Formats: sequence, C-alpha cells, structure tokens
Amino acid sequence: MKNITAERFTNGKPNLRRFHQARWDEPVIFELGQPGQRGILVPEVEEGIKSQVGDALAGIPDGLRRKDPPKLPEMAQPAVLRHYDHLSQENLGVDFNIDVGQGTCTMKYSPKVNDQLARMPEMTELHPLQDESTVQGILEIMYRFEQILKEISGLERFTLQPGAGSVAIYTNASIMRAYHEARGEAKQRDEMITTIFSHPSDAACAKVAGYKVITLYPDPEGYPDLEALKAAVSERTAGLLITNPEDTGIFNPKIAEFTRIIHAAGGLCSYDQANANGMLGITRAREAGFDLCHFNLHKTFSTPHGCGGPAVGATGVTQELARFLPVPIVDFDGQKYFLNYDPADSIGKIRPFYGVAPVVLKAYAWVMALGAAGLREVAEVAVLNNNYLMKKVLAIHGVAAPYAAGKRRVEQVRYSWQTLFEETGVHSEALGIRAADFGVHYWTSHHPYVVPEPCTLEPTESYSKEELDEYAAILEHVAGEAYSDPNLVRSAPHNSTVHTIDHHPFDDPQQWAITWRAYLRKTGQER
Amino acid sequence: MKRIGLVVNPIAGLGGRVGLKGSDGMELQRKALELGAVPHAVERAAQALQALLPLGAEFELLTYPFAMGAEAARQAGIDPCVLGSIQPGQTSAEDTVRAAREMAENEVRLLLFAGGDGTARDICNAIGMEIPALGIPAGVKIQSAVYATAPRYAGELAAAFLRGETELRQAEVMDLDEDAFRAGRVSACLYGYLKTPYSQRYVQGVKVPSLSRESAVLEAIAGDLADRMKPGWLYIFGPGSTTQAVATHIGFDKTLLGVDAVLDGKIVSADASEADLLRLLSVNRLAEIVVTPIGGQGCIFGRGNQPISPDVIRKVGRAHIRVISTPEKIQALNGHPLWADTGDRAVDEMLSGYLVVLTGYKESVMYKVMA
Ligand SMILES: Cc1ncc(COP(=O)(O)O)c(C=O)c1O
Repeated sequence: MKNITAERFTNGKPNLRRFHQARWDEPVIFELGQPGQRGILVPEVEEGIKSQVGDALAGIPDGLRRKDPPKLPEMAQPAVLRHYDHLSQENLGVDFNIDVGQGTCTMKYSPKVNDQLARMPEMTELHPLQDESTVQGILEIMYRFEQILKEISGLERFTLQPGAGSVAIYTNASIMRAYHEARGEAKQRDEMITTIFSHPSDAACAKVAGYKVITLYPDPEGYPDLEALKAAVSERTAGLLITNPEDTGIFNPKIAEFTRIIHAAGGLCSYDQANANGMLGITRAREAGFDLCHFNLHKTFSTPHGCGGPAVGATGVTQELARFLPVPIVDFDGQKYFLNYDPADSIGKIRPFYGVAPVVLKAYAWVMALGAAGLREVAEVAVLNNNYLMKKVLAIHGVAAPYAAGKRRVEQVRYSWQTLFEETGVHSEALGIRAADFGVHYWTSHHPYVVPEPCTLEPTESYSKEELDEYAAILEHVAGEAYSDPNLVRSAPHNSTVHTIDHHPFDDPQQWAITWRAYLRKTGQER
Repeated sequence: MKRIGLVVNPIAGLGGRVGLKGSDGMELQRKALELGAVPHAVERAAQALQALLPLGAEFELLTYPFAMGAEAARQAGIDPCVLGSIQPGQTSAEDTVRAAREMAENEVRLLLFAGGDGTARDICNAIGMEIPALGIPAGVKIQSAVYATAPRYAGELAAAFLRGETELRQAEVMDLDEDAFRAGRVSACLYGYLKTPYSQRYVQGVKVPSLSRESAVLEAIAGDLADRMKPGWLYIFGPGSTTQAVATHIGFDKTLLGVDAVLDGKIVSADASEADLLRLLSVNRLAEIVVTPIGGQGCIFGRGNQPISPDVIRKVGRAHIRVISTPEKIQALNGHPLWADTGDRAVDEMLSGYLVVLTGYKESVMYKVMA
C-alpha cells in the first residue's frame, strides 16, 4: 500500500484529492415549514381591478376546485434558497466530478452555451398552443433535427414526442402492435423478445404495452444467445427489443442474424439506441436490419439528463411504419412548417404536443456545432477513452471484465469485483461509496446482478487522459484499502454525505412512500 | 435480550482436506483424523460469531459444551450460556439433534449451526421450520441453500436478522448420497427446508438481489399459471417451496416434498407415486407438468421428483412441461444450464435444448437445458 499522505503530491500535482463534502443535516422541506411564514406577500387586489375582473375563480367548475388549500410548506424566501443550496452542496453531480461511474447513462459534458440558447426568451416565451405561423422557427429546428436523425439511423421518419427513452420503447412496442393489427395478427402475436443485458426498460415497456416477455440469457461468451433466439421465435413473436452494444459494452456481432430470424418469423425489430455514443457515424439501425429505433437526446445528444427530465426519446421508423407514428409530426410543405395529423393509422398521442422543444433545440445545437465528422469523432473518442480506462482498471487486483475475453469494448464496461469480494468480503457497492470520499462515485448495475459484484463505467468523450488516470487511481486506492483495511471501506463514506442505506425496504412495496403525505400515513403520523 | 443458539458439528469438514468427500460416519472420521485432518469447524464458527460482537449486550448466546459451541464462543470473545453435556471427541448426529432441540425449547430467535449438508439435515430433523436457522459453512459438501457463502456472512446476516432487516425464506436442505458420491457419482436429493433469514445485502453475488419480494414474484408466477390452467387438464406439480407457494396462491394445498396432481382446481392425488401418475394419465391425456429447478444446481428432473418418471414425461410431452422459477434462482445458476437425470438417456436428450422458464406474470426466460 502506498502512503497516500506522503505521496499526495507528485511534481506539485495532487495524486488523490483531499475531498470533503459539506454535510448540512438538512431536514426534508416539509419539516422546515412553519405555519404563517411567507415567501411573498401578494398585494391586495385594488378595488378598481376587482370591480372589472369580478371573481376570477368563478369560471372554474366546482368539481375542479380544491376544497382545502394544498399543504405546502410555509417558508420565507431566504430559508428556501438556503435549503436548496445546502442540498446542492450535498450532491455529486455531473458538473462536479469525473462522472464516468454512471455507466449506461452517458454522462458527458453538456456545453453551457446550449443551456443559454434554451433559456433565451425567444424559446422560453413560446407556448405549444400558439398558432403554427408564429412558431415557424422551432418547427424548422424540429424538422431539421429529424433529417439529422434519419441520416444517423438510416430510418425514414421520426417523432420527437416521447418524453424519455422508456416512453420511446413503449411507443415502439405500440407501433409494433398497430402493425400486426393492420395485418390481422395482433391477437396471435403476443410475445416480445429481449435479452437480459438489454436495458430493463425494454422488457418493462413491452409488458406495460401488454406483451408477454421472453428474455434471452447470454451464451458462455456473453453474447446474446442466437440458439436461444431460434428457440424463442414462433408465430407468436411480435418483435425484438434489443440494446446493442448491451450494458456490458459488448457489441453483438450477430445482430444482423438476429433481425433476420425475427423477420423470418414475421416479427419486427426495434433497436434501443438510447445510448448511441459509441455508434455515431459508425453503424446504423438500418444496416443492421432494424425497423424501429430510438435515441435518448438526454444522453448521446448532450441535452443533458436534467435529473430525470425534461427529456426526449426520439423514435424512428421505416417508411412502411410511418403511418403508425404518434401525431402530430412536424412536416414541411416547401413553404412552411406545419403539424401533420395525417398518419392514417397513428397510435395516437404518447404525450401532449410534439416534443420537449428546449431539449430538441439543445440537441440540435450540439450536433450542428460538431458536424458529421465531429459526431463520428465523439464515438471514436468515447470508445478510445473506454478502452484506455479498461486497461487501467483491469490492472487493479481483484477486478475483471467478464465475457468476451481479450476483446475490446464499445463505450462502456460492466466490471466485476467478484475476486476482491471473495478475498476481502467487501462488496462492490461499498467500493463505489468509498470512492465518494475522493469526490467520485460509481454505480453497480441494474438488477438482477447477472455479473456478480458489478460496476459499470462509461467515460464518454468528455474526459481527458489525466482525468481518467485520476479516476483509475482512486479506484486502485479504494480497492487496495479493501485488502488492507476492509472495515474502513465498509463503513464509508467518511468524507461525503452519501449515506449507506438499507436496501431491504426497497423490496417491499408496503414500505414505499412516494409523497410526504404517504410517508406520514405509513409511519402513523397522520391518517 | 435476544437469544441466539449455536450448534457446531466439530468434525464437519474433516474428510474434505484429506480427500474423503464427506465426514459422515464414525469410521470415516477416525480415518480422516489418522490421515492428519485438522478440524476447523470451531474456527469457522468463531469467525461468524465475531460479526455479532457489535450487537454488544443486546444478545445472549446459548450453546453446547466444548467443541460443539462453547469453544467457538470463547474464541470470538463471547461468554455463552452452555447447555447439555457431551463426550468431547466422540460427538455424533444425535448430539446435533439433541442440541438443536434444546435450543428450540429455550426459544432462541435464531439457530446458527456450523457444518455441511449432513449437519443441515440433522438440524432439519430436529427443528424443521419451527424456528429460523442459518448455516455457517464448514463442511465438505455444501449444496444446501441454508448456508451463507462464508462464515463471516453468516454472522453478518444473523446480526441483520436480529436488527429486523431481513425476511425469512424457505431454503433447501440438500444432501448427496455419500456412498454414491465417494463412488464418483453425484446424486443429490432435496431433503427438506429450513426457515432461513435472507437479505440481498449479505448474499449478493450468490443469490441475486431482486426488485420485488420473493412472495410477490411467486404470486405473479401463480397469476400467470392460473390464467393458463384449463378445465379437464391434469396438472402435475413437482416438489419444492416454489411450486408449493405458487400452488397456495392458486388456491390449493400442495405437499412440500411430494408430487401432487391437480384436476379442475382440486388435488386428485397428493404425494403421488409414478404408478398414481400413470393411472391418472391413462384417463386424462391432456396434462402439464409444473416443476422448479433445484436451487443452486439446476436439476429439473430426477432429484427428489422421481415419481415424474421418464414414462410420465413421455406421456405428457416436452411441449407441456412448464418450468417455473424466481429470477433469482435462475441467476444463482451463474450461467450453468438446467439439466435432467431421469435415468433414461432418451428422455434426458429429449428434454435438452432450450426450455421456457416462467419467472413472473407474463415474464419468462429462454434457458438452456444440458444434454
Ligand atoms: C439502453 C437504454 N435504454 C433505455 C433507457 C431508458 O431511458 P429513460 O431513462 O430516458 O427512460 C436507458 C436509460 O437509462 C438506456 O440506457
């Protein structure tokens, strides 16, 4: 073990940061409020106005009116500001840290100038119910962005309506159903196929759309099992929802064979390209034989995630399937842009309006700043960064990259700390939390943990060699601690506000409280 | 004060170090000691107990004298309450059973036991599912799901259990036929179940964390099966806690270790023999078999469900075999295929390839079956 304190600086450069996060012991905002406190004292309405306007609420139907005011916390402005500033300091967000640990999420740097564009009044003052003629600008951007996505995917029509990747997958599953319905086969085709290393939303959304889901396990090499696919397809197959590369970062070299087998059985193929960061300008959905695909603009296209939204799951289809797209789609008649409600067999609306406009604007600005060659370079640098980091990480004792031994990965890697766990008893989750003591973190994996003691890293194109070196040095240090002082790792965090929480209640819906009121009710503080 | 019981099988694991594959029987134990085997069950039990130290004065340890527990306790720095009496150096299965019974009668919250599959079987004989029990792995053969993956996790899991952070699940007690095993044949059978604390946190990597409680998953599987069950069809349910729980949700009382046949929502044969099944099948040609793989090893036919014989399987047909499993159980196979050992090669081959395993409501996986 290196003596970190003595060697903290090499040539004046810090080896490992002496990070220490603020800890505010901040209560939940509902506990902070006090009856009678106010953030704004709204002036009394003047008589003159009152007599003109009358009772402003009279127009609201009785059934829509609240009987009691909402139970919001009552607080002064500075208290609110302080509360949220405290919380922001207890965060380890994408702009704070070398955020390569949130694998599958494509945590890239999103240029701030794009945020500024989206915050311009020309954008923020728009309303989706405005007349088309007054919003030609944003419609043009949406239309042009569609042309860009067509080129990137090789597919022929896009909708920007879905508000997330999962909504896009649901949209695709719904389009598949509409397609089979149009052919009179919807009843018979009630099974959707996916793989265990595809994103879990693929299985989940298919199920929400009413399908039975068959999940394929990997073959011994970690590739989706082609023989299992052959056993799974039948006249009941509606389609395939698949990620490629999968969460392991392994590209499925037989993907064209997969789509061929599904097509031969009468099904459709949908490519979950939520994360296309390693693929831009290199391969396309069309050439791999897909009929549908989707991109998360909040990942690959840098819009950014925004803590769970707003987002866009841009959804593309072949010409043949365009008639099923949600309405409206943005079209151009040679003179003006307009909202097209035509698609004859549309599945209807997936979400109000036609896409989160500021998100589309940011994605468009990002692509236009890069150009076609720049997009390809994004993919190349992301892949290079990933393989560089993999080489450094695999030099650490106790970690492995299961499957596809000796092969390079695309944009991410699902590592396994199984050896370290067996030798020290320290779980991967504890390592990720200990890393937070040095100002970075990592995420394990979706459940179920097919790869034992998992850790998923995705460096994207945004990080420099020095930053990746720093990240790897932290991992190496923390792994070394697991061997030399396992209790130090197990009892982490020591310098960070991240808590170790008991996951057990997560398994039990009876213990979930989605709202403050539900919490009070479930803890017996309120009926 | 929370009471924990501890029973150590002092000679567990003796055979393994000297290549004897198991330590059952006095004769073998003598042979093992002659070959220079050093008992290490006490040490492993002590490792587990160390994880309980942070609980401080919150618990009291009840155990048996000398190597059956007291030594391990003292090694871990715990002052135990010692019950019973034994002949040091000459303990046997009867001592284990007697000790476990006494712990149960003294109302321990949890019984920790150190040993292997043979010990688990003795514990199962003694207490069944009366009180929760958890194994500290110390034996040569560990097939049973009642064991933690390492001694220290047994201790951590026990501490979590006392803090109320775990749920209880029925875990399999498996044992090999030792004569067959020494002769080079692996032949395990499902012996029974213990009620064992479970928390994804402590068994991660072996059993796999899930997003739903096991009971919710079993209910979901039951829902799917119930939707598919048709009048006039005979349903043959294999043994196991998965099939039993699913049957309970569907609405009938299934035996835990037997094969039961159901027709039109009623059990028509409980704990059926092969002959019973063949007789039923001669009347009801439309039939389905519902089985679950044995945890950790993936056997679907030939271990513990022998009444579902090659003839029965042939009559029902491959297309009407429905394998059910929680996703965790599939996960815990670590990629190893399912397999059958019916005693009839042709039937084993017929079953090989891929089978759909029902893992939830409208959820299944396509899983490989070894030839
Ligand atoms: C491959 C893949 N598909 C789908 C999704 C779901 O996207 P969203 O979180 O926007 O619903 C994600 C993101 O988590 C993903 O990585």
